[in-house]
Amino acid sequence: MTQLPGLLDTEAIRKDFPILDRRVHDGRRLVYLDNAATSQTPRQVIDVLDEYYEQHNANVHRGVHVLAEEATALYEGARDKVAAFINAPSRDEVIFTKNASESLNLVANMLGWADEPYRVDSETEIVITEMEHHSNIVPWQLLAQRTGAKLKWFGLTDDGRLDLSRIDEIITEKTKIVSFVLVSNILGTLNPVEAIVRRAQEVGALVCVDASQAAPHMPVDVQALQADFVAFTGHKMCGPTGIGVLWGRQELLEDLPPFLGGGEMIETVSMHSSTYAPAPHKFEAGTPPIAQAVGLGAAIDYLNSIGMDKVLAHEHALTEYAVKRLLEVPDLRIIGPTTAEDRGAALSFTLGDIHPHDVGQVLDELGIAVRVGHHCARPVCLRYGIPATTRASFYLYSTPGEVDALIDGLEHVRNFFG
Amino acid sequence: MYQEVILDHYKNPHGRGLRDGDAEVHHVNPTCGDEITLRVKYEGTTISDVSYEGQGCSISQASASVLNDLLVGKDLAEAQRIQETFLELMQSKGRVEPDEEMEEVLEDAVAFAGVSKYPARVKCALLSWMAWKDATAQALQDAGAEPGRTTA
Repeated sequence: MTQLPGLLDTEAIRKDFPILDRRVHDGRRLVYLDNAATSQTPRQVIDVLDEYYEQHNANVHRGVHVLAEEATALYEGARDKVAAFINAPSRDEVIFTKNASESLNLVANMLGWADEPYRVDSETEIVITEMEHHSNIVPWQLLAQRTGAKLKWFGLTDDGRLDLSRIDEIITEKTKIVSFVLVSNILGTLNPVEAIVRRAQEVGALVCVDASQAAPHMPVDVQALQADFVAFTGHKMCGPTGIGVLWGRQELLEDLPPFLGGGEMIETVSMHSSTYAPAPHKFEAGTPPIAQAVGLGAAIDYLNSIGMDKVLAHEHALTEYAVKRLLEVPDLRIIGPTTAEDRGAALSFTLGDIHPHDVGQVLDELGIAVRVGHHCARPVCLRYGIPATTRASFYLYSTPGEVDALIDGLEHVRNFFG
Repeated sequence: MYQEVILDHYKNPHGRGLRDGDAEVHHVNPTCGDEITLRVKYEGTTISDVSYEGQGCSISQASASVLNDLLVGKDLAEAQRIQETFLELMQSKGRVEPDEEMEEVLEDAVAFAGVSKYPARVKCALLSWMAWKDATAQALQDAGAEPGRTTA
C-alpha cells in the first residue's frame, strides 16, 4: 500500500464511517470520491443526532420545561462550537442558516435593503469571480437586477487561477461588496485572499468569502481572513444536511436589516410595527434547524479531535499523489491547477472525448462514486470550452488506494469507449 | 446499460450532420450539458430526413443515431407511435421488459431499456426524441397544417 508523509491513520478513521463499508453493484467496495458534493457522516455525529431526538427534542428559546431548556442549551452550545472553530471574536456573530446558499443570499438581501453606507443601488458595483459556484453568482445577479447595481467579476487564467492583473479596475470606489470563493469546488484553486481583501479595504468595500470547500478541509480563521462575512455549510464537513453558517462582523450585523421575518427574530411585535432581537437571532426567523445545528456541533468536535491542520496535511499529500497519477493517464486534462500548491482536494478533469456522464457511469459500475457535470459552476466550463468535467474529491478518510482505484477505473473507461 | 448496440451507434453514428430541413430546433439537457441541433424534412406526411449535430454522452448521441435509423422513411403517424413507445419504455423505471411487439416497433431502440433504470440518464436518451417531436410540430405549423389533422 502506498505510504505518503502526512497521511492520517485512515484505517482507524474509516471505522468511524459505517457507510464506507458499503458494497454496491454486486459486492463492489464503495470508493467514495464525491466529498466536495457532500461528506459522509461519522458514527459520533449519528449518535448525537439519535440522542437529540431520543432524549432532548423540543423547540428552542421558548419553553420553560426541561426538554426546551436542554434543546436550547444544545443548540446554543453548537453556536459556541462553530464560533471557536472559525476563531470568531464573538458567538453572536454566528448565524445558523440551512446551507451556504442561504447564507450568501442572506448577505445579498441584507445589502439590498440596507441604508447607507452599505446600500447597494444603481450607483454602485458588486464584484465576484468567474469561478464561483452558482450560489455565489445568482444571488448577486438578482441583487444587481433588482437594484440596478453593476455586476463585475474577475476572470480566470489558463491554469485555473484568478486573474487579478486588473484588480484596481475591477474593484473601484464604486464597489460595495466583493464576494469570492476561498477554494473552488470545480477547479480546486485556493484563492489569494489577502490581495483581494487589501484592495477591497482600500476602497471601503465589504468582503464576503464562500468557505464551503475550505471550512471542511483546513483551519479557517475569520479574523485572519479579515473578511466581513464568511459562509459555509455543515454537510460537507461531517455534519448533517440542512444546516449552514453565516459569520458576520458584529457591527455589521447590528447595522444591517433582517431579511426573513417571523418568530424568534423579534423583540416586540404590534399590529403596526416590530422591533428586532439582537444578532444572531435577528437573522434566524422561525424554528431553526435545531437537530442539524447540534449535529454540526458534533461534527466540529469530531474534526477537532483529529485536528484541522492534520486534515489539511492529509489531503495535501493525497492531492499531490492524485495529481501525479492522473497526469499519467493518457488524454486526461486536469481543469484547474496541475500541482498541489494552493489547491484543495477537488480534482476536475476531462478524458479525451469521452463525456463525463459516461466516465461517471462506468466508474459507478466499478463502485467508484465521482461527480460529473458542470458542478454548479457552468461559467468555468464555458471559460475552458468544455461541456462538463468529471470530479474526484477527497476527505480525511480517503486513501492512496482509492486514488489507485480511480486510476484503474479510468483505464477501464478508456478501453470501454476506445 | 451500455449495450453493444448503443456503443456501436455512439462510435459510428447514423445520419449525423445537418442537412436541408423544414424546421430546426436546438435542445439542451441542462443537467449534463448534452446538446443537439436537429432538422426534420417532410415529403407530405413522410419523413424524408432527420439530420442532427450534437455533443454529449454516449447515450444521447447513440439515441439520436437510432432515431435517424428508425424514423427516416416512416409516415408521421407511425413515427409518432414509435416515439410514444420509446417514451413509454424510457419512463418505465426499468419495470417494462420489452416484449416481441415492442421490439418490432423499436428495433435497436430496445437496447435503451437498461437506461430507464437510471433516472439521471433518461433525459439523455430522450433528448433527440423530444427535439424531433418539437421540430415536427414546428414543421407542421409552418406548413399551415393543423397538427391534429395530419396525425389522425
